[in-house]
Amino acid sequence: MSSPKHTCCDGFTRSQLLRSAAAEAGKGLPAIEPGMPDPAGTGLSRRKFLSRSAGLALAVYGASKIPLSAFETGIAQAAQNDKIVVSVFFDGGIDALSVLAPVGDPKYSQLRPNLGFAPGAGPTFSEDTRLQWHPAAGALATLHGEGKVSAFPAIGYDHPDQSHFTSRHYYEIGELQVGYRTGWLGRYLDAVGDDENPLQGLSLDGDLSPMIATAEKPVAAIDSVDGYDLWSRVGDPVEGEMFRSFAKFGTLPSDSPGMAGVRRATYQTDKLRQDLAGVGDFTSPVPYPDTYFAHKLAGLAAYINFGLPLRVVTIRAAGGYDTHADQAADLESNLRETCDAILAFQRDLEQRGLADRVLTELWSEFGRRPEENGSLGTDHGAAGCAFLIGSKAKGEMVGEFPGLGNLDEDENLKVTSDFRAMYCSLLEQWLGHDAETIIPGAAGFARPVLVKP
Amino acid sequence: MAIPRHSPVKAVDEKRKPKHRGHRKRRRVWKDKHFRWVPDGHGDWRVQGYIYTHHHKPKKGHFRGPGKKPTAQALPGAAAGTAAPPPAPAVSDPRPPGAYQGTFGVPQATRLLERAGFGAVGGQAEALVSLGLVGAVQSLTRPSGSAVLSGPAPTDDDGNPLAPADAWGHDHLWWLDRMVRTNQPLVERMALIFHDWFATSLANVSRQQQMIDQSNLFRSHCFGSFLDLFRAVTIDPAMLQWLNGNENYKWAPNENYAREMMELFSLGADRGAYSEDDIREQARALTGWRNDWGDVGAYNFRFDPKWHDTGTKTVFGRSGNWGWEDACQLCVEHPLHPSFFAAKLWSYFVPQPLSNQRQDELTSLYSGSGWQIRPVLEAILMSPDFYESPPMVKPPVVQLAGTLRTLGRHVDTEAWYWLCEEAGQRLFMPPNVSGWDDNRWLDTSRMRARWNIVTYALEGISVDVWGDEYSTTETAEEALARALASWGNPALRQEHRTELLDLARRSESLIVANWQKGPYRAMRQNALLQLIGVSPDAILQ
Repeated sequence: MSSPKHTCCDGFTRSQLLRSAAAEAGKGLPAIEPGMPDPAGTGLSRRKFLSRSAGLALAVYGASKIPLSAFETGIAQAAQNDKIVVSVFFDGGIDALSVLAPVGDPKYSQLRPNLGFAPGAGPTFSEDTRLQWHPAAGALATLHGEGKVSAFPAIGYDHPDQSHFTSRHYYEIGELQVGYRTGWLGRYLDAVGDDENPLQGLSLDGDLSPMIATAEKPVAAIDSVDGYDLWSRVGDPVEGEMFRSFAKFGTLPSDSPGMAGVRRATYQTDKLRQDLAGVGDFTSPVPYPDTYFAHKLAGLAAYINFGLPLRVVTIRAAGGYDTHADQAADLESNLRETCDAILAFQRDLEQRGLADRVLTELWSEFGRRPEENGSLGTDHGAAGCAFLIGSKAKGEMVGEFPGLGNLDEDENLKVTSDFRAMYCSLLEQWLGHDAETIIPGAAGFARPVLVKP
Repeated sequence: MAIPRHSPVKAVDEKRKPKHRGHRKRRRVWKDKHFRWVPDGHGDWRVQGYIYTHHHKPKKGHFRGPGKKPTAQALPGAAAGTAAPPPAPAVSDPRPPGAYQGTFGVPQATRLLERAGFGAVGGQAEALVSLGLVGAVQSLTRPSGSAVLSGPAPTDDDGNPLAPADAWGHDHLWWLDRMVRTNQPLVERMALIFHDWFATSLANVSRQQQMIDQSNLFRSHCFGSFLDLFRAVTIDPAMLQWLNGNENYKWAPNENYAREMMELFSLGADRGAYSEDDIREQARALTGWRNDWGDVGAYNFRFDPKWHDTGTKTVFGRSGNWGWEDACQLCVEHPLHPSFFAAKLWSYFVPQPLSNQRQDELTSLYSGSGWQIRPVLEAILMSPDFYESPPMVKPPVVQLAGTLRTLGRHVDTEAWYWLCEEAGQRLFMPPNVSGWDDNRWLDTSRMRARWNIVTYALEGISVDVWGDEYSTTETAEEALARALASWGNPALRQEHRTELLDLARRSESLIVANWQKGPYRAMRQNALLQLIGVSPDAILQ
């Protein structure tokens, strides 16, 4: 039996379970378009498979070979200077007031008698010396010191919704309503993407992030960066013929929606298999922490280096951030795992000369209540934090820290920047695409400068 | 309105502690290739190799089979397959009006066995043809006695018996095994349907045994009264935990179950069937259920009159001192319930929407029988749409159970639960309260899992390319025939058969040296076996 952790609220667990159900919101939050990839799975690497089936005469083929022909199309279509957005999601509502702790705010120690940090416990945030980085976010402080982090200390939207489900959905679709079936990055891919390239939108978590759900263009999810291979007991050279026939199954004519669905999935599966053949065996030029999250980012850097035609990539940060109880320890370890891996990822990209092509966005669905609760935790709040990281990030704070003496009517932190403004700027300044066609009401949002010229 | 009251709950044995199996010492096993006779699908037997796991070192030269060929009498479906051709349907196959009137032959019987079970094995389709349409359907919907599970009992990776209540994933294996070995496949299929209908997940239920008990409830009620089933589910411990029925007190009503019982279980959203007020009132009617918590999780579920709201509630405009049984009955008596029931049950068997005319037929059958499931089910399984509609995608577990049945394998590895999870269907863990989404069975990740499931299923059936001596002269046609026979000679679409034959020929043309003659043919056999298992024919039902 799994041991259920009771540090997160019931509503959160449930809302996760209800992602595509009409139930909780009662308004029919959208499922991802039928036919678009939405994979599940926990991720069993080939290595694990082999160890599980020791003694089985498996022909491991392709691990040492890279069929370059398979990449020709992909590489050709991904101009070498294509910009990439990596979205990292702090799932559960990270406590912004711990990530950038307002130790210099007179009300802080009053609101956080147990969870508050002492002045000097972490590096000072240079753009607003009332704030101090969480000790576990030292990696972000380092990058910030290098001018590679744009911080949003109080991001959100007007009349914030405190449901994980609803608020996260707003961030994913880039609009404050529940009727959308595509994510904001999915709509970007629909506009600029390729009909043949599922790698242009890639979720590294096994299931597809609604953020990259498209209406038309293919996108993909993989459950492990260690490769996407189909196991068989067929060796070289017959295996190649087998996959040719499998792909043929995917392209024959269909006479029913059911058959068309099977053919489409078959075709895309074989395409992904070819695209990712051999990619699982990568080496990194810099050391990464020995964590699962870091391993995924290491794989991602290798994928980019490999020339895979990626445009937008989503991944969930290590652990969960719905810290209703015993916040200190959980947040410390999860935040450290995430930040250390992101620093290694940035160094990796710099080492490989890819750093000018990648911007990493860290976000969460909301921040947490300034006043701690009775279980050494914090409850759902309003404004949260976000960060934009990369060599090309402008490195300047967007929206000021509003202070704890001036909370909203629910005693929550006020919002000083709108997430849709960040999206508009990212689209226009980084991806070079008109935000008007992607973000509803784009004209009404500011355009903070997020990218270095 | 007089609603009969039933006794609230059966006693539950909740005191047993889970057995700790975590630190079991791993025992050495010996994997050995054995042979046995299995039906070849044409009324005869064929030899099949499989891996047998010995738990003691086998004696030198011990018997590995296959021995003498079994007699024809013992062969399931042999009579239909070889001896006598099925009688002309028109003679012995009277059908009710509105039923499918076309030929009921092997393709139709195969579809019936696939959608109302886990596929046809060894002459079963032929046997059903000989019963005629009505007889065939009734042989599934009216099983006699309790189910018989035949074949080897399921084991974990070490050959030990499963611990479905205690070991993670063994609950899934336990049910999968029932699907593979039962002689009442429709009971398991209906249990799966109601598991999806009343989708409850282990994610919020404290004990695996409670999930298993819930599935048994689906088995015992699956052909009977929907109202009885609905009531039993409403106070089922797993459901009480899942939708907070055990946190619904008169002082603080919790609307979770009240909402879902209408929206997802009996009436449907956006049909104007109920209002938010109805949900609040219904929640009050459902108050009173509670339980205790201990080391084993939630136990001692009971109705506590002191916790029940005894005031008057008005639901769907009907006022009374309603309780939980009334809450169910009010939903079932709602004028929009029969159409919801018919359309939902229909959707599990036919991929096309229910026509108005068919809906009227089904709803009047349903209402006229006092909300009995069986008459509606039989009408669906006999309807023209069932046989004439385009194919549907098999749920992953259904495909796997059918694969194991066809290949003559059984549950002998824990791989099936994590592979099914990757394929998108971990039993007892539907993604949410609305169950699995049939539109999402196929994508790159789940398709890959289906492929890998077939790879695992072919263990012991695939050829050992470098270990076994393989024929150096087998032709492409022979290779395909052999691979198809291993899969029980499924009806492949012509274009797929053509492609497989082409693959067999292309593979042969790769042979340029003498030493490659056997090994490449062995690889070809494995390639054919694999592709038959993942072909659209295998995925669709």
